[in-house]
Amino acid sequence: MKKIMITLLMTAIVLGLNAQEAKEILETVDKNMSSKNRIFESDMVIHGRRSSRTITSKTYSEGDKQSFTEYLSPAREQGTKMLKQENKLWIYSPSTDRIIQISGHMLRQSVMGSDLSFEDMMDDRKLTDIYNATIAGHEEIEGRDTYILDLAAIVDDVAYHSQRLWVDSERFVPLKQEMFAKSGKLLKRTTLSDVQKVQGRWFPMTMVYKDMLKDGKGTEFRISSAKFDQDIPEYIFTKAALKQ
Amino acid sequence: MIRFLLKGILRDRSRSLLPVIVVALGVFLTVFMSGWFQGIMGDMIDMNARFSSGHVKIMTRAYDENSGQAPLDLALLDVASLKKQLYVEYPDMEWVERIRSGGLLDVPDENGETRGQGPAMVTAIDLLSPESREVDRLNIPDAIVKGELPDQPGETLISDDFAEKFEVAIGDEVTLFGSTMNGSMMFYTFTVSGTIRFGNTLLDRGAIFIDIKDAQLAMDMEDGATEILGYFNNQPYIDEEAMALATSYNEKYSLEEDEFSPKMIRLAEAAGMADYLAIAENMVGMMVFIFIIAMSIVLWNTGLLGGLRRYSEFGVRLALGEEKKHIYRTTLWEAVLIGIIGSIVGTIFGLALSYRLQAHGVDFSGMMDNLGVMMPTVFRAVVTPSMYVVGFIPGVLATVMGSALAGFAIYKRKTAQLFNELEV
Repeated sequence: MKKIMITLLMTAIVLGLNAQEAKEILETVDKNMSSKNRIFESDMVIHGRRSSRTITSKTYSEGDKQSFTEYLSPAREQGTKMLKQENKLWIYSPSTDRIIQISGHMLRQSVMGSDLSFEDMMDDRKLTDIYNATIAGHEEIEGRDTYILDLAAIVDDVAYHSQRLWVDSERFVPLKQEMFAKSGKLLKRTTLSDVQKVQGRWFPMTMVYKDMLKDGKGTEFRISSAKFDQDIPEYIFTKAALKQ
Repeated sequence: MIRFLLKGILRDRSRSLLPVIVVALGVFLTVFMSGWFQGIMGDMIDMNARFSSGHVKIMTRAYDENSGQAPLDLALLDVASLKKQLYVEYPDMEWVERIRSGGLLDVPDENGETRGQGPAMVTAIDLLSPESREVDRLNIPDAIVKGELPDQPGETLISDDFAEKFEVAIGDEVTLFGSTMNGSMMFYTFTVSGTIRFGNTLLDRGAIFIDIKDAQLAMDMEDGATEILGYFNNQPYIDEEAMALATSYNEKYSLEEDEFSPKMIRLAEAAGMADYLAIAENMVGMMVFIFIIAMSIVLWNTGLLGGLRRYSEFGVRLALGEEKKHIYRTTLWEAVLIGIIGSIVGTIFGLALSYRLQAHGVDFSGMMDNLGVMMPTVFRAVVTPSMYVVGFIPGVLATVMGSALAGFAIYKRKTAQLFNELEV
């Protein structure tokens, strides 16, 4: 009986330490990946079944509440703008001079044929705010040691019920991410690379998103310029900015 | 002998009236139900052919594999030359291109911002060419609730339910939002020229009809279409012909190693249609089988009752020296004659009602509000040549089977018992 009690106590302590360590890892990841605000210039390479195309955009975001994206090229997309405020999303089309609000099932649709949905683009919350983490092991990815974290959702309004995250054990940046449905089905896989030090933080400048329910090579997202904690004028995050 | 039996049947109505009524009723139901079900199934198949599957349909091999998602990026290209080639090789068919896609229909307020929106099921057909038969094929003029058909580019017909819900009037602008063939965002503003209702949820839910040229422009699909539908000229669907056509086309043009090569499928291969066709083809057989079984049981019972009533008659005939075999044979001939008379009466009534329902169907639209299957809301019968004779199979067969089973009692009579019964 005494032995069983000691074993149970030890297991609880080990599990508690594991959860504590996992939480600390995730908090460090959040520190690297999140910021008060940021400005990205990026190229999104979308590989279709017939051809590939590159879409250039500039995104301003503030915390996880609001963001503004302007598409710069190609000509077909130029001038298209997207504004996110809390859980609302508006798209401005220069060809029709219309602002359309996207809601409901449309949020699960692909953005411009990519492997990213509007929902993926909108959910920019810190991982520690929406998931509990446990350490599942270690693995080497591209010559770098990683912690494998299993994340389980602690809120209901989350696109993926659970995730598995491979976190660089030295730089605390995710190098691979798998997102699962409640049923356990793998829905998306992201590989993150080209990790650079930007304004004192490690940040992956290239991400490849793969919708596992679709055929294809996935969508490559390359950040050409990343700036954190900038002075972004408040009017950027208004509907008036969409038509400017 | 037949004339003698016929006289007996006509003069002694107490032995023939009930079996004739039973046979006539059964035959009436066989003829009418087979005509009605054939009519419903035929209309359902025809509706699917007109709206979605054609008699044959050409798509890319990749589109065919994912057709449930209507993936625009896997659509056919060079449609004009494909159609030209089809008309040269298969001139007895009419070939039409269509684009089918999903999206969001958005209604703007006075500032150009979203006032209301709902999911849209886009069907792009040739609405504007004077030679196009697509408008009539889809019965659009009868489906128009308000307004009129588009007569210029940029006009659209939208679901009347959608228009009611978001208070969209004729002449208002609506924006279609979705994806282009390349995956870009598609925004295209149309002017509403009319509203439509087909009476079928599957067709009416967010339905929007636009001209194929507008769709090609909006969706970056120059000379592209999601499918080319083929229709036999002035004839209904014949599976054998469609199969021969699809086989010859696919052998020539559908390449396994090229996912964008065209592939022809016949109506029977479209989702769920094989089952409908099998039911339609076997409907008469099923009806005949059901009524043979049901009527045989009823007529066996009637025969037994008749046999009991004619117990004394058979006894006297046996006592007079008539052979059991002869009595049994005449009973069976009587049954054949009763079966023929009942079948004639039943067929006349069955055909009469079928002709009536062929001309004026029964409207079930009130009961089909949430129907998710593409089927007509007015159920019509169809009169086919087979219906003139099909009733005679259960009519005669069931009567003979019923009499044959009931007639076994004749063989069970013992001569000694017979004389005892007759108190001789």
